Amino acid sequence: MALPKTWQSFLDETGDMSRFTGRFFAQGFKPRYEFSEFIHQCFIIGFKSLPLIGLTGFIMGLVLTMQLRPSLIDYGVESQLPAMVGIAIVREIGPVVTALIFAGKIGSSIGAELGSMKVTEQIDAMEVSGTNPFKYLVVTRVLAATVMLPVLVILSDAISLYGSYLGVNIRATTSFQLFFKQVFDALSFSDVWPAVIKTFFFGFAVGMVGCYKGYNSRKGTEGVGRSANSAVVVSSLLVFIIDLVVVQVTDLLGIN
Amino acid sequence: METVQETIRPPVHEKVQEPVITIRHLYKSFGANKVLADFSLELKKGENVAVLGKSGSGKSVLIKCIIGLLKPDSGEINVLGQPVANLDHDELDRIRVKVGFLFQSNALYDSMTVRENLEFPMRRHWIKMTPGESSDRVMETLKNVGLAHTVDMMPVELSGGMRKRIALARTLILNPDIMLYDEPTTGLDPITGKEISKLMMEVGEKYNTSSLIISHDMNCIRATADRIVMLIDGKCYADGSYEELKRNNDPKVKQFFE
Ligand SMILES: Nc1ncnc2c1ncn2[C@@H]1O[C@H](COP(=O)(O)OP(=O)(O)OP(=O)(O)O)[C@@H](O)[C@H]1O
Ligand SMILES: [Mg+2]
Repeated sequence: MALPKTWQSFLDETGDMSRFTGRFFAQGFKPRYEFSEFIHQCFIIGFKSLPLIGLTGFIMGLVLTMQLRPSLIDYGVESQLPAMVGIAIVREIGPVVTALIFAGKIGSSIGAELGSMKVTEQIDAMEVSGTNPFKYLVVTRVLAATVMLPVLVILSDAISLYGSYLGVNIRATTSFQLFFKQVFDALSFSDVWPAVIKTFFFGFAVGMVGCYKGYNSRKGTEGVGRSANSAVVVSSLLVFIIDLVVVQVTDLLGIN
Repeated sequence: METVQETIRPPVHEKVQEPVITIRHLYKSFGANKVLADFSLELKKGENVAVLGKSGSGKSVLIKCIIGLLKPDSGEINVLGQPVANLDHDELDRIRVKVGFLFQSNALYDSMTVRENLEFPMRRHWIKMTPGESSDRVMETLKNVGLAHTVDMMPVELSGGMRKRIALARTLILNPDIMLYDEPTTGLDPITGKEISKLMMEVGEKYNTSSLIISHDMNCIRATADRIVMLIDGKCYADGSYEELKRNNDPKVKQFFE
């Protein structure tokens, strides 16, 4: 039975990526641990994306508020604006938009960095220097991305809500306390935790795809560019797929 | 026609020494591309052997099989008495401490300074040292390659020849018994190439290493090697000293000496 070529390469790629992920679980939790490199990567991955994520979060909150207001006025529920925006940001927009930006920024930089280390034989050099490059490069980055994305999402949510608070105050006046009281009254625990859980999966996916693409980069500078590029494409797509799956699962479990 | 395949000659300086690297009947192919087919070689202690071959003949593949970066399809590779292809990760690491590998592309870590590049193998191989000692060792090794002043520079700030020296320093820092050089002078101008060759000779004497030099640069080979092995069609096609091979009339051998 012959599959069309594109399907075949899609399935090959999926298989390779699954094996790569399997290797992460097989090697990632055995000593020796690259703890200091992990901390270093957390700092780089978290800190590098902070300004961008803060700015986009702020704009998102502000714009969303301004866009929603006319509709809410039509329905006569303008007072519900903080609650609406709060739920939208915390449950969906914050995690997904932050993850997409994270994929663009961190996924591509991991893909390009490991890709160029691969083609310039730096990964082989590590191997002969008594370092397991998979642990030193891949495991640390994947874990750092998994841990740092949720932190970034929480920060981004906070900044978005602040943007939204300013957005409300363009046409009306509300106090800071009142705004946030309305937001938090509308949010329940079951709004927050599925949203936080899924960000771990987003972070893991971005780290894993970036590392996979870089680590399996083809020779030459073109290969490096392609690794970075497809790292972004694939991890952005995965963010949406994971989002879809998580919503279904939490829905089935009755947490929503 | 005189091609010597499986009979391995005694080294030029007739000392009976135990071999540090023994390769027998090595095969390695990538898909349909048969790169190494029945390659055999012996490197004795204190000997400097050059492997000469055209671009794409599988020289880098050979050297990567020796250090365990590539697994051969079949055949035997013994390094310091250990069968490299059958070792697990830890055992392989213990061998790799004693074998220095100078990469064709240098493979310096771009994101680290020269000092960090040199410290990396030391730290990684669990060589216990105080920070002072390791710093002294870094400086001493850098002095040996004549680049002590670059210690805090990044690799991108260095010229090609300097990078080659730093890469050499990084492999020497563990005091290896065997040095594997993958095209040490390729891409350098003849003068810098000569300097690197000279440095390799000095290193060989100072650190008392045996070395395997992969190259197609005749000047470098003449300067550094006691014996030349010709890698043609995936096997050891001929071997002998420079003068012996120069007198060889086989057209495939001859083309290297024109
Ligand atoms: N990882 C690999 N996958 C597939 N083929 C490879 C791989 N590494 C090397 N080859 C193939 O093996 C052959 C020998 O390559 P190798 O790098 O050993 O050449 P070389 O003798 O070192 O050449 P040069 O002097 O240009 O460095 C080439 O045909 C190359 O395409
Ligand atoms: Mg080569």
